[in-house]
Amino acid sequence: MQSKMKESDPILEVENLSASTDNLPILKGVSLTVYPGEIHAIMGRNGCGKSTLSKIIAGHPSYNITNGDIKFLGKNINSLEPEERAQSGIFLGFQYPIEIPGVSNLEFLRVSTNARRKFLNKEELDTFDFEELVKEKLEIVKMDHAFLSRSVNQGFSGGEKKRNEILQMALLEPKIAILDETDSGLDIDALRIVASGIKKISNAQTGIILITHYQRLLDEIEPNYVHVMSDGQIIKTGESDLALELEKKGYEWTDNFIKET
Amino acid sequence: MVKENLVKDVVKEPYKYGFVTDIETEKIAKGLNEDIIRLISQKKEEPKYLLDFRLKAFKKWQKMKEPDWAGLGYRQIDYQDIIYYSAPKQKEKISSLDEVDPKLLETFDKLGIPLTEQKKLTNVAVDAVFDSVSIATTFREELAEHGVIFCSISEAVKNHSDLIEKYLGTVVPASDNYFAALNSAVFSDGSFVYIPKGVTCPMDLSSYFRINSGDSGQFERTLIIAEESSSVSYLEGCTAPMFDTNTLHAAVVELIALDDASIKYSTVQNWYAGDEEGIGGIFNFVTKRGKCLGKRSKISWSQVETGSAITWKYPSCLLLGEESVGEFYSVALTNNLQQADTGTKMIHIGPKTKSTIVSKGISAGNSINSYRGLVKMGTKAKGSRNYSQCDSMLIGDQASANTFPYIKSQQPNSEIEHEASTCRISEDQLFYLQSRGIEFEEAVSMMVSGFCRDVFNQLPMEFAAEADKLLALKLEGSVG
Repeated sequence: MQSKMKESDPILEVENLSASTDNLPILKGVSLTVYPGEIHAIMGRNGCGKSTLSKIIAGHPSYNITNGDIKFLGKNINSLEPEERAQSGIFLGFQYPIEIPGVSNLEFLRVSTNARRKFLNKEELDTFDFEELVKEKLEIVKMDHAFLSRSVNQGFSGGEKKRNEILQMALLEPKIAILDETDSGLDIDALRIVASGIKKISNAQTGIILITHYQRLLDEIEPNYVHVMSDGQIIKTGESDLALELEKKGYEWTDNFIKET
Repeated sequence: MVKENLVKDVVKEPYKYGFVTDIETEKIAKGLNEDIIRLISQKKEEPKYLLDFRLKAFKKWQKMKEPDWAGLGYRQIDYQDIIYYSAPKQKEKISSLDEVDPKLLETFDKLGIPLTEQKKLTNVAVDAVFDSVSIATTFREELAEHGVIFCSISEAVKNHSDLIEKYLGTVVPASDNYFAALNSAVFSDGSFVYIPKGVTCPMDLSSYFRINSGDSGQFERTLIIAEESSSVSYLEGCTAPMFDTNTLHAAVVELIALDDASIKYSTVQNWYAGDEEGIGGIFNFVTKRGKCLGKRSKISWSQVETGSAITWKYPSCLLLGEESVGEFYSVALTNNLQQADTGTKMIHIGPKTKSTIVSKGISAGNSINSYRGLVKMGTKAKGSRNYSQCDSMLIGDQASANTFPYIKSQQPNSEIEHEASTCRISEDQLFYLQSRGIEFEEAVSMMVSGFCRDVFNQLPMEFAAEADKLLALKLEGSVG
């Protein structure tokens, strides 16, 4: 089942990860390995722990890892700050991108791009050079230049927020991108723009984890693997046809897997 | 929560200006009575009208009660335990800056205000006030060429007595309030600015106030007069050493703008705020008021208040002239146990007058940050308008923010708009910025700057950068 991609070292290794918030266990032993060039989809009911998994990988402070490890490019990152993870190439696309009043989108994008560039030992960009770069990247998500002068995500429509996330991904050029329900709240056109954006940004060296409820995103971006989560665990892993089957049979079908395990 | 504590750590900033200058000073005895006032007046070789002004103010003050309506919590001030005059000992007559005690020059150097000819700031004229006296004013000759008078108020009393007699106390009468009365009785120095008719002041003017001694109060008095069609931008900065006692600072600032004149008054206040337990710090009880006397005159206050244990300050505008304009832009940041009660009064008296109020309060730690403002439309203020916007930002879960807008209208044909909001730097916002590689401290500082942007945009260029840095400093700190 596994392909030749496995010849290189994995980007991300989640090993038997358990985590809780306010002493409430949310993840109960999740394992997941992503190799360069791979696209993984994680599906599952609301509250199954998919979003939590993505936040923990990005370093959200509200969750405690109670067991297991997260390794990025072979190194344990359990105790790294979120900004250190981001600088080293982990990107989380938010399900609900956060509004930051008063902070201009352009300045935000520039500061964050430079934080990543600094880590990569690349020259930091001044306002003018950054303008050039961002213009190029705006094309990918078909966003207007006017977006840049507005406050971060403030007053953006649902679709605009999601496109802004993909714009950030394009600028940060992460090693791995975890996209949490990037397809939710998008109309068909916006979905196509976002999907084609993701495809343009990813390559044989990057890994992608798509967290989604729907097949429609996976029609646009075909995953190598589909994982089904339930109650804080991955209960089934398959190839892209698993998502189709899931779409047909619903999550009730997956309840049987739990009984099996 | 872990991050909540981190925020608290981050807003703790060691006070950079807390050093004391070891210099011989001339101090008078502690206490306040008629003799002390006569002594101050005598030391300054004042004319009789000014002594009378002081004594009258003192009589009024004795009958007044310290105001408590702001609900500020502090130990009662013993007014007999304060030294009302403290001056560094200097040569009798100083003819040039080079004769100023090097220790004083060094002090201002350390504060980032170089005064000597070689090093002075190139685009700003500075009046440096140390405890009770003005020690130096730069660029005086250059300004004089344009007819602009910029000197200490003590010198103005000697050389421009007619202007002092005509305007002093006309905007803030001695009986205005408890602290204004006290100031009128004992004020020692401050700055005086006079811009003649039709002159646009060729550079920004700036006063820098330094409190050095721990047991004396600072009672400075500033008077700015802008004649017809003139304009000036004036900046004020303040710092003080760290003492574990509280020092009283009760200043009075009066601005007068005649027809088509405009005065822009900007303050960056960074008095020592006391330590984390609230020990020490300056009590900043200040009365600032501008009178838009002339038609189409304009007075604009902008302030960045980051220091003082307690701030009690309401820079206000009396809008008398037809179509005159008053503005108030304020950022007040409080941390630890600081208390700030600040805002403005816009008194619309003339017709078609306009005022704008933008206030941003940021409270961290256990501090209390209140906006208190009055907008009043008088019977003749037909066609006048006010717009107020008061936003508060809370950092952590122990700080508090209040907004007390008072609105009085006696003129149906006028408009008053008030908007208010409260927000908190949320964990989610911080995480969002961090997850884009932005360091925690920078994330906090970006959000605070963003919150204050409307006000920073109003500050003069150099000041805006300084204010941004100051806030970042206050929010930077001990992490790592």
